[in-house]
Amino acid sequence: MLHDVGKLTIADIRRLYSEERVRPAEVLESYLNRIEEKDPAIGAFLHIFKEKAIEEAETLDIALMESKPLFGVPIALKDNICTKGKPTTCASRILEGYVPPYDATVVERLKEAGAVIIGKTNMDEFAMGSSTENSAFQLTHNPWDTDYAPGGSSGGSAAAVAAGMVPVALGSDTGGSIRQPASLCGVVGMKGTYGRVSRYGLVAFASSFDQIGPIGKNVRDTAFLMDVVSGHDPHDSTSIQESHSSLVEALEEEIGDLTFSVPRGFRDLDLSPSVREALGETVEYLRNSGREVREVELPDLEAAMACYYILADAEASSNLARYDGVRYGYRHRADSLIEMYEKTRGEGFGEEVKRRILTGTYVLSSGYYDEYYSRAQKVRAMIIEDFRRVFSEVDVVITPTSPTPAFKLGEKVDNPIAMYLSDIFTTTANIAGIPAISIPARLSPEGLPIGIQVMAGLKEERKMIRAAYALEKEFDFQSKVSGPEVG
Amino acid sequence: MNVTEVQEYVPVIGLEVHAQLLTKTKIFCSCPSTYGAEPNTLVCPVCLGLPGALPVLNREAVSMAILMGLATNCTIAEESVFARKNYFYPDCPKNYQISMFDKPLCADGFIEFELDGETKRVRIERIHLEDDAGKLIHEEDGGSLVDFNRCGVPLIEIVSRPDMHSAEEAGAYLVMLRKILRYLGICSGNMEEGSLRCDVNVSVMPAGSSEFGTKTEIKNLNSFKAVEMGIRYEIERQIEVLKNGGKISQVTNLWDSGAKKLVTMRSKEYAHDYRYFPEPDLLPLEVDDEWIDGIRTKMVELPLERERRFRKEYNLSSYDASVLCSEKKIADYYEELASIAGDPKLSANWMMREVMEELKEQSVSIEQFSLQPERLAGLIRLVKENVVSGSAARDVFKEMVKSNESAEEVVRRLGLEQISGEGELEKMIDEVIAENPREVERYREGKIQLLGFFVGQVMKKSRGKANPKLTGEIIKRKLSG
Ligand SMILES: [Zn+2]
Repeated sequence: MLHDVGKLTIADIRRLYSEERVRPAEVLESYLNRIEEKDPAIGAFLHIFKEKAIEEAETLDIALMESKPLFGVPIALKDNICTKGKPTTCASRILEGYVPPYDATVVERLKEAGAVIIGKTNMDEFAMGSSTENSAFQLTHNPWDTDYAPGGSSGGSAAAVAAGMVPVALGSDTGGSIRQPASLCGVVGMKGTYGRVSRYGLVAFASSFDQIGPIGKNVRDTAFLMDVVSGHDPHDSTSIQESHSSLVEALEEEIGDLTFSVPRGFRDLDLSPSVREALGETVEYLRNSGREVREVELPDLEAAMACYYILADAEASSNLARYDGVRYGYRHRADSLIEMYEKTRGEGFGEEVKRRILTGTYVLSSGYYDEYYSRAQKVRAMIIEDFRRVFSEVDVVITPTSPTPAFKLGEKVDNPIAMYLSDIFTTTANIAGIPAISIPARLSPEGLPIGIQVMAGLKEERKMIRAAYALEKEFDFQSKVSGPEVG
Repeated sequence: MNVTEVQEYVPVIGLEVHAQLLTKTKIFCSCPSTYGAEPNTLVCPVCLGLPGALPVLNREAVSMAILMGLATNCTIAEESVFARKNYFYPDCPKNYQISMFDKPLCADGFIEFELDGETKRVRIERIHLEDDAGKLIHEEDGGSLVDFNRCGVPLIEIVSRPDMHSAEEAGAYLVMLRKILRYLGICSGNMEEGSLRCDVNVSVMPAGSSEFGTKTEIKNLNSFKAVEMGIRYEIERQIEVLKNGGKISQVTNLWDSGAKKLVTMRSKEYAHDYRYFPEPDLLPLEVDDEWIDGIRTKMVELPLERERRFRKEYNLSSYDASVLCSEKKIADYYEELASIAGDPKLSANWMMREVMEELKEQSVSIEQFSLQPERLAGLIRLVKENVVSGSAARDVFKEMVKSNESAEEVVRRLGLEQISGEGELEKMIDEVIAENPREVERYREGKIQLLGFFVGQVMKKSRGKANPKLTGEIIKRKLSG
């Protein structure tokens, strides 16, 4: 039994195995104990597979360790990633009790790599939200201060990693849903180029934006997990054809002549003072180390937000049509079909989800389609073009991940627009399909983490990860900061 | 409805035909697209629309749709786009259908067919791919069950322009459309089983007008007969309404095949806004020349061309040519038969009578028919060479259907070689003359129609083996003497 698993990285765990100091089942047990101890105060997990995880760990053959990059590594999955025989609810009443008959492609890859799924994490219902408060089942608390929200929608996964309940987790990112909670919880979270990770088995929110991605304590663990889950999948037509080239290997490369940039006029961005400082420090560090930091013209962030909400909600309104009480999930028994539909969906979905479905239905309606959906598609094309131009001049763009550190639970629940603005720096990467990563930079005066985002051009994850790795070394967050004290 | 009423108004008809494609697997998953399996046995997360499942396009379905596009003279789009058609219905597990909207795969073609000796051309607006829905089964207790086996079976929708002006024309178009689909081997064309479905748009306008009237839609037409009857019914109804000063409202009518009438659905149920938008789970479909050229090599001679060639090359009547070209396999059979037998006309006669009757009697298709062209050609040759008489040949045919024997073997086994030896014939003729003195007398008095009677008697005596032509000649000679 290990007593302090909270700080272990994937490399640490592999070392323990290779030195034969511990068996996978013991590692799992240790993490399960930590979850038992810490999670009551955090609420990161919706489902914990206690016996099953230990059972799976028992079957792992140490002889196969070399060929299995995540051998005996416990992992948590956001509860919108389908797991065969294990519940997948999207934190929604409408999928309460739903058990998929198949594994998502990422789950197959994780199992193949020797990872053990320890549980499923809380999230905003159907990944719609930025605080995890839209979960139908429970609140998740920020491990740094339990009065604060962990961010969202992958708040459960970010909080689980931040509290050391798992070394790594998977989240999904539609408009910032991995990076924003990673930033608010002081961990690393990335989303790859659209199509880098298969969406097969990810319960769809907005198909043309959704990407599954890793959350870890550091850039290396995140890269490690990304390497396992990336790569072409014939079950996902939007998956990138070419093979994924290792991000872990890219870490060994020198930062070399990467060109950095920040948004033009970044000093005037509407940011919390501590976030502004963190960004300023980042630029300073880069300049001090002799790098030129250019200023580039980013797409109009407000137009981007409008574009994002129109297109994402349009897709969501269609993607969520299947939850109708006919085949699975929640059903309100009624005398007529229409009544069953209305009551099932009326009672099964939460407020935010209903708001998105209504918005999405509206923007696709005849008479409004051109004004909203078509126009948003044009804006999307412009944003893609803007980024193409930016990345023809520079290699990476540095921004804050979120305009503020974590906000208090309940602070923004009644103000959807304020909540939406939490994703103002992250959504453009989803609109353009480019890779982006958030790394913790420093703490705010209140002791809450602040993340910095690194974006790169399409399929340029290697550049992005090299830049992030260099910044991580400079921030030295892990050793400067003692970490959240929970429970 | 009398003739003058029809002339006062011109019906305008367009058809939307859905054809299930005969691919091995469904359009977006690898489930078999077989008909008639136990309910919900041919399903997977994709075709059940389970959360997280994604569609992957079946290229075989695209190839078949392109083949149909080429056969109907359409332009094949270099890039077409799948779109979601959103509507709630329990047979549609995602509550949207993956179809095509503003960028269909094929467009701007036409189909030609003949009606009353005239060539008609109906323009094709578009042909696009989409997935089929499941099937609702309503229970007697009011409950409903859904079978998703059909869900995800590839469909092409073939939309005509409103170029037809009568029920007959629409019927003939549909028959030709079905023939083409079957010639291409991409659809079984079975309206009763629903592998071919037809919705109709009908309007009428005053003769001489160039402005179309308000159209109504007819659905649930599950046979060719229903299509024509439904259209006729609706044309009559609309003319009646207009003549009484009424207005046509835009409704959907369902054909009630039991009562043979149209039932109007509440128009509210059809006030759909499908909210089409590009399907984000699929990339735009790109079709290059190489793909199209590959498909072109699979193109067959189409029914109308073949019918015309049969008329010209084999000197067949329009009717015979159309029957023999009704199915590709029948036409293939016929051409093989004619070429081996070396007599297209005689072969056609045998096809039109014995073969077709036998197929109908046994209710088998020509491929399942036990008597294949080579054996049948043997029999036709024996007829041509006067080895067997026509009537004996029919018995031989029946025997051949039952066995694997050649025509010669059956003829030998049954001793049916035609008697053409004059000596043997004369002996039998003499007996018949002796046995029927009264008829002989009447014949000699001028009732020469009795010749048939005598030939018949000889045929009977010879058990059909007598050469009828020769027999007649000998009788004539003997009785005139
Ligand atoms: Zn299937």
